[in-house]
Amino acid sequence: MDLLIECIKCFVVGGLICVVGQILLDRTQLTNGKIMVLFLISGAVLQAIGVYQPLVDFAGAGATVPISGFGYSLAKGAMEEVKSEGLLGAFTGGIRNTASGITVAIVFGYLAALLSNPKSKS
Amino acid sequence: MANINQIKKDYQQIVDKHSPKNKVVTNSIKAFFVGGLICTLGQLLINLYMYFGLSFYESTTLATDSLIFISFVVTAFNVYDNIGKVGGAGALVPITGFANSMVSAAMEYKKEGYIYGMGAKLFTIAGPVIVFGTIASVVIGIIYYFV
Repeated sequence: MDLLIECIKCFVVGGLICVVGQILLDRTQLTNGKIMVLFLISGAVLQAIGVYQPLVDFAGAGATVPISGFGYSLAKGAMEEVKSEGLLGAFTGGIRNTASGITVAIVFGYLAALLSNPKSKS
Repeated sequence: MANINQIKKDYQQIVDKHSPKNKVVTNSIKAFFVGGLICTLGQLLINLYMYFGLSFYESTTLATDSLIFISFVVTAFNVYDNIGKVGGAGALVPITGFANSMVSAAMEYKKEGYIYGMGAKLFTIAGPVIVFGTIASVVIGIIYYFV
């Protein structure tokens, strides 16, 4: 039962974040890449001002799976590391906190591209 | 030539007339369901990993990695494009859309070689995301230090 409630919260929050993206996609001239960058920076800034963490606590993957969650991890890592290591933490924390995602993306992304071919567009 | 603003305005009218009508509401509903489903899959993975005894932090990280991996497999079989056609931003905004953009760009440029083709094009969209993400995290870290 708990799982069901968690999933519903996650579904609604994740869905709503995507709806924001869809409205931007339809109503503005922004391209896919720019929307991703916009969401990423929004996530980082929202975390910095303390808004995104409550959202993650509430919705779990509904807030971490959208690309804004990537920005959230970057900002959270930097802030935590500044707290424990001082100023140098600003330069190490963000990447450290997202290292596994970036590494998986690069290694398996290259591998996937190597092993597959694009469907010819007709 | 004399009235370039008039020409620009006329051009915009022609563009508006011929571009497909936006169905924002329908698209948003589709994006809501596709995006919600992808996030729910992530949540189920988190719960699965926690069930196997990992901490919440480890589970979240691993679930994100798993979604990236799943997206690669789906992209490699040329299926993600179809999800994108239905879901729009629902397939773009989740981390799976980021992963998809990496592989699909790299795949397209395979014929330009394994180093400058695939190696470089893997970062067509991932590059800006990582660059601005890193800049944002450093700026936030520095501000946080002084505040």
